[in-house]
Amino acid sequence: MSKHPAWRDTIIAVVVLIIVLVIPLLHRSPAFEDFIIRLSAMALFATSLNLLVGNTGMVSFGHGMFYGFGAYAFALTMQMTELSLPVAAVIAVVATAFAALCVGAICVRLSTEYFAFITLAVQMLFYSIIISWQSLTGGDQGLRGGIPRREFFGFELESQLHLYQFCAIVGVLGLLALRHISVSPFGQTLRMIRDNEDRASFLGIVLWRARLSAFTIAGAFAGLGGVLAALFVSGAYPEFADWPNSGQAIFAVMLGGIHSFLGPVVGGMILLALNDLVTRYTEYHGLILGIVILIFAVGLRRGVLDFIKLIRLGRAR
Amino acid sequence: MDLDALGACLTTPACVVTQTTSGLIVGMLLFLVAAGVTLIFGVLKIVNFAHGTFYMLGGYVAYTVLGVTDSYTLAVLAGALAMAVFGVLFERALISRVYNSDVLMQLLICYAVVLIFDDVVKIVWGPEFHAMGMPAAFQVPPFFIAGGVVPPFYAVLIGIAALIAIILGLGLSLTRFGKTVRAAAINPQMVSALGINTTLLFAIVFAIGGGLAGMAGALAAPVRSLSPGMGFSILIESFIVTVIGGMGSILGALVAALLIGMVRGFGTIGFPQFTDGLIYIMMIAILLLRPQGLFGRAS
Repeated sequence: MSKHPAWRDTIIAVVVLIIVLVIPLLHRSPAFEDFIIRLSAMALFATSLNLLVGNTGMVSFGHGMFYGFGAYAFALTMQMTELSLPVAAVIAVVATAFAALCVGAICVRLSTEYFAFITLAVQMLFYSIIISWQSLTGGDQGLRGGIPRREFFGFELESQLHLYQFCAIVGVLGLLALRHISVSPFGQTLRMIRDNEDRASFLGIVLWRARLSAFTIAGAFAGLGGVLAALFVSGAYPEFADWPNSGQAIFAVMLGGIHSFLGPVVGGMILLALNDLVTRYTEYHGLILGIVILIFAVGLRRGVLDFIKLIRLGRAR
Repeated sequence: MDLDALGACLTTPACVVTQTTSGLIVGMLLFLVAAGVTLIFGVLKIVNFAHGTFYMLGGYVAYTVLGVTDSYTLAVLAGALAMAVFGVLFERALISRVYNSDVLMQLLICYAVVLIFDDVVKIVWGPEFHAMGMPAAFQVPPFFIAGGVVPPFYAVLIGIAALIAIILGLGLSLTRFGKTVRAAAINPQMVSALGINTTLLFAIVFAIGGGLAGMAGALAAPVRSLSPGMGFSILIESFIVTVIGGMGSILGALVAALLIGMVRGFGTIGFPQFTDGLIYIMMIAILLLRPQGLFGRAS
């Protein structure tokens, strides 16, 4: 551990961001750029989920609801008002945070399994509202008509390069913010709750308040991921809030490793890359993906980064 | 929302009979699947997210066997038996490796199995929808009860599911094996220490759960179409059933499955767009008011 972990994290983030921004200047590859755009949305989505799963020990099966909420809130704000894009994004994230606060207020008092199920149920309720409220959301067709991509600060998001830069910057900054939250005293508190909630309670921590804060923050960042996803597809679809999407986030977290901050990002990369690679060669990508997941799950029994960490710890001893 | 239509239906005997029958069909099929989920959870504390796959494969196996032998009875038995075997293999080969791991690890493995077998079904039977069609023996005129149409196959299906519910309920409460299963649900170490082979017991529980789901798939095949994604939707519903009924309670599963069946039967008339929403609201209400479910024991 260096003396100033916050500085170290910031430097790493800046270096990564510079590398990602420089790549298209040297070589343009639409496939790679699409990948990074989708990864930035996925990374925020999965990492925010891990704030709950890995950090706090709250397994939410309904995280996709906030991803979908962010996407719809952003897309609707852009379509119905003349507000500029960053303002609409902020509105969408704040609205998602508020939604997460309300959902969390109902859910966080329930114990582990029941928490998982109630988040699933609330998400499915949200999903059926999207499907049935056709006049607002477009129902199962999704919100169409495109999102007007109004120019701001010289960003012209019609161009793929600008969209790529925008998503990369938002993605990295979002991850950096999550990192700060996770290593902050608040993050430590969450880990203490995960490890021993009775002891945390004896130390004067109000469990439901800490959990609700974590749930709200995680929801807000998932909403930010949804904003990026909405920008990428230029719309919002009910699938964003459906349970297979929440499943994707859980698998990204599990594949990458729940006890490493970057685990979900790595997991998201593996999932997206596998998907892209396998669909290119065969229509049976579920078969291949399933076999790969099985190898990871049965072989390593933990996420990739957690496995690497374990090996390194083993060597150090 | 169309409350007038719902009111009109509830005052017409014919409509009540028709909707009740379709609700019973949904409920009974759901019960067969959910009973396995709840049994496996009760004894092994494993949430089997791959249970929908058993249901799907059971349906497809029955479809093929019916095509070959032309006997629907054989088809249903084959579907159930094949899935009982599949359940044991699944438990032995995969799930038994992660008994002590995270719940999420179990979820991951189940998800992988779901993905794999959805594609296996596409490879073997093709990605298109299959209709098994009504077995020849049931191609007879329907009954009329109070003016409502009841196809004979529906009556048989409801009867079989009810019979299974009774056998399962009595078997668990009265037989020696049932008592062992219930004991293992409470304290597997103690049961093991008393000289009972819990490894075998766990495999049998998976066989029963898989068999029931396979049978449900085979019974559902004539009334619903077969498609590679059919396991997904029944899985979610069977979870709702287990949560509402109480994890581990067979009686709870029966009551909750019938409840959901009725909401589906009558909800499609009153709230055609929002039937699913009603069910989720029900689940949320139960979780808030009585988290252990209607018939579950508080931990």
